Order: sequence, then C-alpha cells, then structure tokens
Amino acid sequence: MTGRVIGKRVRRYDGMAHTTGESKFVDDVIVPGTLTIKVLRSPVHKGTIKNIDTSAAEASPGVASVITAADVPFNAWGVIPDQPVLAAESVRFKGEPIAAVAATDEDAALEGISRIRLDIDEEEPVFDPLEAMKPDAPKVRPEGNLFIFDGRPYRKVVFGDIEEGFRSADLIVESEYFHPAQEHAQIEPMVSLAVPDSSGRLTVYTVGQAPYWNLGMLSNILKMDPRDVRYEQWAGQTRNNWPINSSSGRIKMVGGTVGGAFGGKTDMHADHIPTVMALKIGRPCKWRWTREEDLKYSTYRGPWIIHFRDGVKKDGRIVAREIKAIREAGAYSSLNPYVTDKYCFLATGCYFIPNVRVRGYCVFTNKPPASSMRGFGITPSSVTTELQMDKIAETIGIDPWEIRFINAYRKGDQTPGRRVINSVALIEVMQALAEKAGVKLSDRLKAMTSSDRRK
Amino acid sequence: MKKRGIGLATGLYPTAMATGGDPGQAIIEVQPDGSVLLLIGTSELGQGSSTVLAQLAAEVLGVDYENIRVVNNDTDICPVSWGSLASRVTYMDGKAVVAAAEEARSILFEVVAEMMEAKPKDLEAIDGKIQVKDSPSLFKTMAEAANFATFEMRKLIVGRGVYMRDRVQPDPETGAMDSIATLAWTAILAEVEVDTETGEVSVLKITCAYDTGTVINPMLSEGQIEGGTAMGIGAALMEELYPVYPSTDLKPDNLGDYVIPTAVDVPEIESVFYECICTHGPFGAKGFGEMTANVPPAAILNAIHDAVGIRITELPASPEKILRALEEKGRS
Repeated sequence: MTGRVIGKRVRRYDGMAHTTGESKFVDDVIVPGTLTIKVLRSPVHKGTIKNIDTSAAEASPGVASVITAADVPFNAWGVIPDQPVLAAESVRFKGEPIAAVAATDEDAALEGISRIRLDIDEEEPVFDPLEAMKPDAPKVRPEGNLFIFDGRPYRKVVFGDIEEGFRSADLIVESEYFHPAQEHAQIEPMVSLAVPDSSGRLTVYTVGQAPYWNLGMLSNILKMDPRDVRYEQWAGQTRNNWPINSSSGRIKMVGGTVGGAFGGKTDMHADHIPTVMALKIGRPCKWRWTREEDLKYSTYRGPWIIHFRDGVKKDGRIVAREIKAIREAGAYSSLNPYVTDKYCFLATGCYFIPNVRVRGYCVFTNKPPASSMRGFGITPSSVTTELQMDKIAETIGIDPWEIRFINAYRKGDQTPGRRVINSVALIEVMQALAEKAGVKLSDRLKAMTSSDRRK
Repeated sequence: MKKRGIGLATGLYPTAMATGGDPGQAIIEVQPDGSVLLLIGTSELGQGSSTVLAQLAAEVLGVDYENIRVVNNDTDICPVSWGSLASRVTYMDGKAVVAAAEEARSILFEVVAEMMEAKPKDLEAIDGKIQVKDSPSLFKTMAEAANFATFEMRKLIVGRGVYMRDRVQPDPETGAMDSIATLAWTAILAEVEVDTETGEVSVLKITCAYDTGTVINPMLSEGQIEGGTAMGIGAALMEELYPVYPSTDLKPDNLGDYVIPTAVDVPEIESVFYECICTHGPFGAKGFGEMTANVPPAAILNAIHDAVGIRITELPASPEKILRALEEKGRS
C-alpha cells in the first residue's frame, strides 16, 4: 500500500550527515580530561587467578587508577548474569578482562598494564563442542558444559507423533551440516566513554544497540541504589531475563548514530569497565577496543552442528523431522540460550512438517563468548534447511521448486513451537520470484496459494 | 573449466523478540511552529529504521516527512525501547509511533475544533493542515493550530504510544511458545560460476522476492537486501572465525586475514516485493532486516551443486573444500 509518505523513497533524515561525515561515531565524542583505559586480558584459555599485584602499575607514570574484581560492586552481567566485569578467580577464555588501568594516555595505560603482576595457574581448556559434551571433558564451568533448559541439558521441542511420522515415510534422508563462526565486522569497534558529574550522575556514551539494556545492567553492576534489591533477584536468574526493568536515574546513556552492529552490540562489551572506573576516580574514562581486540574478543555468531533425520514420502511431502542441533556458546551464556531457543522453535525452516522432534544443545567451551548476530537462531535454520530441501528433492527425483511448494507453510498451519500462523506468503513470494527471474513454473504450482487447505 | 549453476532457497523470519515482553514506546510533541519532535528510545546505528518511524508519524499527522525531527539515542529524553535488534523496530516501535501520532492528532483536532467551532470528528489531518472533511477550504495549518494551542489554550500537544507483546516462556515438555509477532517471507535465486581448476566461486547474480508486508520505504528495504546479501555471500564463501578448527591459534586479528565481501564480490541484485499486508502491523508492515543475510548462503551452495554436482555441507564453500569435493567426486 502507499500513502502520502508510506511506500515512498524518501531520503534518510540523517543521510546527508552520514554522507558528509558530519555524523559522529561514538569514539568522536571528546570530553576534556578524559583518561584512557586499557585492560589486562587473560593470557591463558582457562585458569585460576592466584594473585594480582597492581602496586607497580599504580606507581607507573601517568596512571590514575587500577581496578580489579574487588572494585566492582556487583561483579556479574549478562542476560543471564554469569559473566564477571573483571575475572575474580576463574578465567574461562583467553582475553577475558582481569584488571583495568586508567591513565593520561594510551602509552601510559599500556605501560601500567605491563607492570601488573599476575599469578595464574593454567588449566586444561576444551575448544571442541563435541569434546566438551563428553562426561569426562574439562569443565568450562563448575556446573558443567551444557546449558540447562528448564531442567534438561537441551531445549526440547516436540510436535505431532515422531514415531508415527517415520513409520509413514517412504524413505529417510539424513544429513549433517556445519555453520561456522562468523564475525559481525561492523565499522566501529567497541568503545565507551563514561563521564561523571558533580551531582554524582554519570553520562555513558555507548555503541550499544539497546541503550536501555545497558542502562539496566550498569545499574545492577554499580548497585547504584542501596535500597534496590533487584540485582540480587537478577543474579539468581537462569532463564532469559533482560534487566531492562531495572534502571537507575543516576545514569544517562547516549547511543550512537552510525557504526553498525549486526547483533555484535547487544552485549555490553565496553560500558561496564569505564563506568566502574569513572565512578571510582571521578574523572571521565574512555575504553576503546582496537580492531584486533574486537576480532579476537568481542562476540560473534556461534558455530552450529546440525543433524537432520527426515522422513519423506515419494510425492515430496516431508512427514517427520528429527533434529539434533549443537550451538557452541563459548565461555558464557550471553544470548546463546536465547539463540538456541529461537532456532528450535522454527527448526523446520519455512515448511510445515506434521511430526517433529528437536533437541537443541547449547555447549560451553573455552572460547570468547558467542552471541547474537543478524538472524539469531533463524540463520542456521534457513541455511541448513534449504540445503536439506535440495538434497531431498534430488533423492526422490523432484524439482527444487516443487518440493518447496509442496511443503510450504500455508495459512493456519502450526510451527513446531505450536504457533498458528496466518500472515503467510511463501508460495506467493516464490511465484513472484519465478516471474521476476523468468522461471517457468508448471500450471499446478502457478495455481497454488497460501490459502489452499492442506490435504 | 568454468561451470555455471542456479540455486534456489527460501526462508521466513519472525518479527521481534521470541520471548515477547519487548516494549516499544514513543513520544510525539508538536511544537509551536507546527514541526514535530519524535522521541524513540532505541539507537539506530545506520540501518534506516528511524527514517521509517518518521515516515509513520508523518503519515498519521498528515505532514511532510521533512517536518519530523527524530531524537533517538538519549535515555534522559527518550522513552524505553527494547533496541535495534530482532527485526523489531519497524513493527514494535512503529506501532508505538503510530499510537503516539494518533494521540497527538486527536489533541490537534480538539484545538482546531475550538478555533473553528467544528467537531473534532469532522476533521482530518492532511498536507500540513487540519481541515474539515467535507469542506477542505475550511482549515488551519499545523503551525496555526500548534501556536493557538500553546499561547491561547495553554495546551501541550504531546502524544504517547506504547506497544508490547506479552512476556512468554516455552512449555518445558513440548517447547510450545507464542514466539512470533508476525512472519516475513523470502525466496532467492543465485547464479554462480565455479572454476573447477581453482575452486573459486563467483556469484554472478542474485534475484530475490520478499514479503515484508507494506514496504514503508522501498529504498531502505532494498538497502537492507543489498547489505544482507553481501553478508550472506561472506557466510557462504569466505568467512570462518576459526579456520583451523578447533585450534584457536589462527583466529584472525585483522580484516586482511578475516576477509569479508567488498564491492567486487557483490553481484547485480534484483529484488521484487510481494506485499502480504500484516493486519496488525503499522500500516501493514512487518520486520525483515535480518533475514536478508540468512537465505543467500543456501541459494549459493545449491547453485554450486547445480554447476558441478557437489554438495558442500560445511560453510564456507572455500576453494579448498570445492577442490576436495570435486576430487572425491572424480574418484567415485
């Protein structure tokens, strides 16, 4: 539909500023007297911190302050708050922040970092999710290497009668696919500037995609309101629980206007350390990650191993699908359980399959935490389901278009997560594509609609 | 030898957070000069969603889009938004913007009704004016109305809008959950050329169709498609953060070693929209930003199979994997 403005190719209101370079990246915000933060990152993949001696760093020229876990009022953050701002005892990935230095410039901060004496016992890490799933694998976390979904080491989604589905199938098509880890590669790396004022308030300039999430998490980390007990409730959470409902009027978040994110800036990568530091020493503090730090230690799309076992009829109908999916999370929960859930609810892609059983595992390894990236769990679903569709089509000898028309969701169908769907247009979209691309569809496919009742 | 092939892939994408409970809120203030301030609590980092929100406000208020000023990145000023993620802003924050604009418009109607001794229900907002529906020559401009409200009626023209779905949790035994606000759909054709000597794959053309409900701004939607397609080409052919799995030693630390697609890798992209209007979306719109990256990889890998008869099951389809698969196929 079109209106006066709806459906029109109006220019972006910020387009000219972006084009001329007038739009500011978050790193372009300059506040006089700002100290530069650098962070001591774990030199080992897994270990136990025995001692941190910061006295030489504190005496280093230009260094204003050094903070460790002891300086963080509530040392846990995340949607499921299991990630320390600064590691206190256990280190779970190489590059995990352990201590931070604020200094007059970058060189002085790096010199300060080099003078911190870290005594750490290195332990055996595990990098392969399949290894990590074995009972005798080194433990990434004391409670085990599998995220627990409602008391179970995997998310369970069942729909229809899977055994009956396989019994009614003419043949089985089984496959395994691997979707690798992918980097967001957004333009602006992680950066944050925390500016305290004389009233005790803080302004935090963030690259975050969701400033209100970060506001809630910072309020908890800082325990800004001593009467506020919500951070304690938050600490006990084992399900997805965004702390957006907890926020402090003592912090103001200012977001960016350019720089990209693609899911890489849902996690609070850089805001916590400068905020803790700025509150401690009363001066503006900026933490700017290098591209190297961003690539090595920021979140990324976690890799997936997905095993399909499909029961198929000779006429092209898929009547049963059993899936075992393994999502590698890295060392902390971050958004990985949410991503796993989102995959499991729509593991059949854009097709109606009457009998489904999905087990979605979320496995911890000693790598930097993975998290959201453009598409969450739908990306591996789309990629692997569509490869599987072509394989099934070839196996039973029908056309790739036809198998998709036969199995496409129709209005009123249910997803594996039992949602009845109505705004359905896959068949029409395929017809539009065929017309655009000059592909001749059979009369039968041309006559189909998403409103057709399923036989 | 260079061989060409065509591959098809389709996909869907659910708008907004699967867990529900993700608020979108908006405040609209009509200032005394008749210009409009739109306050939104999410950060836009380049995708164009705030422009779409401004278009929604302009449509409801009947003003030029240029009259809307968006302020969207300050938690002292802007109401709560869940953020720019989950393809949610156009739909979730968009619904809040439409509601806020409707409230502001209803206040404007009250003001103009008093100015012209008319009834609010007989008025409409169009072309920067509040006019009597059946007698368009009887009107007040937005500036006249806003000025009168401010300085004669002592009135503040502020509209508030909120939208949030119920918070939900999956059933532990079945996984049942209402995780979808609405669904967008796509089908994509990729044409590739595979060099059987080097294993290199060139994507020659991408043709795609999308249903995103009402397309609020075709230019911005095409921008999402082009950017997402490039990201999908990277996933299909180039990108792997742990190239020597599972060792972490060779994890790339610069964008020379971690290669993402550039202009030379992205082919001609042709797109068409099929608008299956979302009855509960803002002016019928759905969200779709993320899905543009999800579906191209499978279309490209299916096209590789069409060209040379090999199925790559581990992304990315690097030259090494292509050559190994061709070698294996030659042996069998």
